[in-house]
Amino acid sequence: MWQLLQIELLKIFRKPRTYISFGAIAIMVIIIQIALKSDGRSYIEFIVGGLKDSLDIPYAHILNGYFVCFIILNLLLIHIPLLIALVAGDSIAGEANMGTLRLLASKPVSRTGLMLAKFMATVIYTALLLIWLAFISLLLSILIFGTNDILIARNDALEIIRSNDVMWRYLAAFAFATLALTTVAALAFLLSVFADNSIGPIVSTISIVIVFTILSEMQIPLYDRTVKPFLFTSHMLAWKGFFYSRIDAGGSAIPGTIENIRAIGKSGLILVLYIAGFVSTAIFVFNRKDILS
Amino acid sequence: MSLVTVSHLTKKFRTHTAVDDLSFSVGEGDVYGFLGQNGAGKSTTIRMLLTLVKPTEGHIELFGMDLRKERKKILSQVGAVIEKPDLYKYLSAYENLSLFARMSGSKISRKELYTQLEMVGLGGRVNDKVRTFSQGMKQRLGIAVALVHHPRLIILDEPTNGLDPQGIADMRNLILHLSRHLHKTIIVSSHLLYEIEQISTHMLIIDEGKKMVEGTVASLMDPAKTLVEAEVNDPKRAANLLEPTTWMHFLQKTTNHVLIFQLPKELVPELNRELVRLGIEVLSLQAKTSLEAYFLSLTRSKQYVAAFTD
Repeated sequence: MWQLLQIELLKIFRKPRTYISFGAIAIMVIIIQIALKSDGRSYIEFIVGGLKDSLDIPYAHILNGYFVCFIILNLLLIHIPLLIALVAGDSIAGEANMGTLRLLASKPVSRTGLMLAKFMATVIYTALLLIWLAFISLLLSILIFGTNDILIARNDALEIIRSNDVMWRYLAAFAFATLALTTVAALAFLLSVFADNSIGPIVSTISIVIVFTILSEMQIPLYDRTVKPFLFTSHMLAWKGFFYSRIDAGGSAIPGTIENIRAIGKSGLILVLYIAGFVSTAIFVFNRKDILS
Repeated sequence: MSLVTVSHLTKKFRTHTAVDDLSFSVGEGDVYGFLGQNGAGKSTTIRMLLTLVKPTEGHIELFGMDLRKERKKILSQVGAVIEKPDLYKYLSAYENLSLFARMSGSKISRKELYTQLEMVGLGGRVNDKVRTFSQGMKQRLGIAVALVHHPRLIILDEPTNGLDPQGIADMRNLILHLSRHLHKTIIVSSHLLYEIEQISTHMLIIDEGKKMVEGTVASLMDPAKTLVEAEVNDPKRAANLLEPTTWMHFLQKTTNHVLIFQLPKELVPELNRELVRLGIEVLSLQAKTSLEAYFLSLTRSKQYVAAFTD
């Protein structure tokens, strides 16, 4: 299995297409950082809304590396599934299109082993993409903007998390985001089994993510109970929960706490179930598939 | 000793039967030519031998082991080029070979990989990306991939497709080298009779998924013998009646419509008399001048139909 995984990683990281995602993330993050560096005040005013007139807002302190990273994650984590689908959707269908799938499947390795190695390689790619995002959005932002307390907007309230209470929240958020994006990778991986070229699974994955995201965001009571709890997209944004602290009687955030850890755990479990379902279905289908490409 | 034994192999894709009750065996050291026009069922049969396609019915044994039960053990002793060998274009020849060698479960040294690439004439292009290769070079790299783990059985599906005349000649020489000097057992498919005739020791003609003719190339291509199609009222009963007679060893195949014999031309009238004597109604008796004429008759009739249905 280890050898198969090494081979799959070699194939992913020798393919020029793989680096499009890393490049795209770097460009998007830098564009956001430049915008916030030049006109971050307007963005903060937009976040605090009407409070800017009643409060004396310390703009220079708020616009720090932690805060910029939080903004970047909010803006980008919705779009990164598209980049994940580029590689995961190509994993089987791309091989079928190139004609290498028949060569792989006629080698003395089990089809299940081959599929698991391919999926694990996709998970590693997803994790590396998130590490890269963390590196440039968190570390680069800290270098450019420095560190300070972080201001989080929650419904109609503002919460301040102390700077010494932030880093562990980011680590947890990135770990959860990896799980969320692995769900998208697993979906693209499943769809890849049915196709003979990678365009189909990539477009289908993106379409499903868009439709599910729209359904997740819709404020329609009927869907709130019947549909939303079962959509993986409803649980993908649960990483934000790591930045919501419990509030003490005085209205201040309690350091080192998470408001609703059970909700985050439940979302994580649902995503794990989705991943297991997608991957085991992909293996089941692939094991029974006649390879005619 | 039979290295490959295929019994009653059938593959159905919904309503279409691609391979129909096919049985054959390949002996150790044979170069077994698998001949048939496009769509005859050659590639589907080869894909079933490589576990890419699951048989609907039938049984495959390789090296005396059941393919379904001992898949890994068997495939570690098989090398294959399936149609045109599409390799990883963004990797070099060496990387492709090394990758597939590792997948075959063999530990092969860097030096051995270089030697393998030398053998197929790619010694000077070891580190070049496959995307820069011609079709012939890709084909030769595909052969190197098939041979890298020293398999006992080599399966080549239409290995000369897309090659120029020099490439075809090189491929033919390579197959002969593998057979004569390295004593490999080879199954090679083609839709060209002369190609199979030049490299094979045995031959099977397949049409619409069914075995039509099988035998050694020497006997099938014997100019002294001719193929005879006898259209009779009940071919199965006729075959049963012929069984205890000396005519049985001339019988090549029984289909739904005809009996196919290969025998010296002067025996054709005698065959007719014997069939009548056995009480079989002979509706027609057609002598083909050679195996080539027979094969062409199969091919031409299909092309004729295709010309009017396209």
